Amino acid sequence: MSVNATDVLADLTAGRLPDAHGRFGPFGGRYVPETLIPALERLDAGVREHLHAAPFQREFAGELASWVGRPTALTFARRLSAEWGARIWLKREDLAHTGAHKINNAIGQALLARRLGARRIVAETGAGQHGVASAAACARLGLPCTVYMGSIDMERQAPNVGRMRLLGATVVAVTSGDRTLRAAIDEALRDWVSDPMGTYYLLGSAVGPHPYPYLVRELQAVIGREARAQFEQAEGRLPDAVMACVGGGSNAIGMFHAFVPDAGVEIIGVEAGGRGVALGGNAATLSFGRPGVLHGSYSMLLQDADGQIQETHSVSAGLDYPGVGPEHALLARIGRVRYESASDEEALEGVSALCRFEGILPALESAHALAGARRWARAHPGGTLVVCLSGRGDKDMPTLQKTLLAESA
Amino acid sequence: MNAHERIGAAIAAANARGEPALVGYLTAGFPRRERFEADLRRIAAAADVIEIGVPFTDPMADGVTVQRSSRIALEQGVSLRWILQTLEAMSPPVTTPLLLMSYLNPLLAFGLEPLACAAERAAVAGLIVPDLPFDEGDALHQALSARGLALVQMVTPVTPEERLKRICERSRGFIYAVTATGTTGRNLSVPAEVTDYLDRVRRHAPVPVCAGFGIRGREQLERLRGHVDGVVIGSALVEVLEQGGDPAEWLRTLRGRAGV
Repeated sequence: MSVNATDVLADLTAGRLPDAHGRFGPFGGRYVPETLIPALERLDAGVREHLHAAPFQREFAGELASWVGRPTALTFARRLSAEWGARIWLKREDLAHTGAHKINNAIGQALLARRLGARRIVAETGAGQHGVASAAACARLGLPCTVYMGSIDMERQAPNVGRMRLLGATVVAVTSGDRTLRAAIDEALRDWVSDPMGTYYLLGSAVGPHPYPYLVRELQAVIGREARAQFEQAEGRLPDAVMACVGGGSNAIGMFHAFVPDAGVEIIGVEAGGRGVALGGNAATLSFGRPGVLHGSYSMLLQDADGQIQETHSVSAGLDYPGVGPEHALLARIGRVRYESASDEEALEGVSALCRFEGILPALESAHALAGARRWARAHPGGTLVVCLSGRGDKDMPTLQKTLLAESA
Repeated sequence: MNAHERIGAAIAAANARGEPALVGYLTAGFPRRERFEADLRRIAAAADVIEIGVPFTDPMADGVTVQRSSRIALEQGVSLRWILQTLEAMSPPVTTPLLLMSYLNPLLAFGLEPLACAAERAAVAGLIVPDLPFDEGDALHQALSARGLALVQMVTPVTPEERLKRICERSRGFIYAVTATGTTGRNLSVPAEVTDYLDRVRRHAPVPVCAGFGIRGREQLERLRGHVDGVVIGSALVEVLEQGGDPAEWLRTLRGRAGV
């Protein structure tokens, strides 16, 4: 299906996407077993009834302010800017409760689930941040929570497994499939299929069947709205560029959404380049993928010629995913957002730089955006850039012990 | 007779013998790729319709048995293209109507028009696509219909009445009535609400109704008797093949004596 970039951008700006069929242009839709259709219909109706209604918005804003700790700061990275040559600002989602942007979506969906009468919550997690956020939100609202996590991720993000359990969640190790985020989503979907009406599936990224990509975007859009206002307040203008890392793409769509209509603002997403361009060596879906269907939506996908989903690799568990949200696929197709990738090594250098120059330990996921920022800064000396620092890096200590700390020992 | 009509005729023939039709499932190339043709012929000796599973890396509607068979088939290089080529080359061809059961992505990668064309050449009668709900199925439905092939639709106990009607109107071959929420391979108990649901589906269905998900033995089959036109035997049959049993002999043990 061909898309006219100008028309699509007008539709996006006017809030007409996703359309009535849950489509972002050719992407999106609802590709799930028939058993889940009534549950998705009910969720969709609940989203339309509550999401933008005053009672829900009041409740959501109240939790964001008093429990999540919003607004998060916009920090001018003084020494990093001097080092890299552009004026770099950091949107500090690492300062949000539980240490990443994931909490915005988790508390929002948990509030919605309660309104819809859910008896229990299931969630998947890659890096563990969405699992921790879901566990915390469920504890806050008194809902039982089960989190599916790949066994490989449980090992590399061990601190988060303990946190989820302390917060009262049941963590289920997923040993099927690729044993990372993708298998965790498969398993969470299987759980949901077993009890579609009593269980609420709290999906953590801007992926999945309609209405999830829309719902997650709306709940995360607070990131970009705040950043845009904070930057204008500080500098009296808009930034030259905004940047965020992209796995499934929830922090990125949350950051980008407010800036999409600002034609003068360059928008850049950074995917996980892993070890390189070879199939299976990265998780850079928009750079190397082809359109296809996984986990309920038609989007870009890392797959082989037979349509089998590819194994991926990234040093960061949160980006280690062969798909990407359908709205990103559309933004890439019309050229409004440029997607590039950063390697494992570049991301680790980003971690190191932010620690040394700004006293901030970023998540490995967010460090991919920093790697992109460094490149952008070199190409645009004196330019202004806002980077979404999607989370903090405490959870990555097991990986950092084996990489940055092993090198310096 | 159109390809999709052969499915209904095979089910009707079983019903005329006083039996619910048996729809036997196997994952292509499981347990061993080189045994696919032989396994298919053995199942054809006892089943009325055969569902051939196209392996996929992310079978989200399936339980552990089909997941495992899918993974092992993929490890042996089984693909949709190989399955279609193998079927086309079979001599003599299997006369039992064959359906392909595949998740959507391998079909998209193949291309829907080329798929319909290759399926027709391979004497496949239709497709079942567990992650393609009725609302998203227009393109595949059109490609298959143009060649007389069936797109078998699924309904579930939680499908609302209006939607159930629309799905039934659209279904070709048979209606696949999922007996319980959940993945494949569990052991189904058959309470009255399940038989009530199946009766409801049958009232709307212009084609035969086959029940599937969790049917593993003779007892369940007896409970379903009179409420369905056929049953799909999936994970249990995969386990028989896995353990080296004779699938035809095992399927025959499911057959009862009395009328439908």
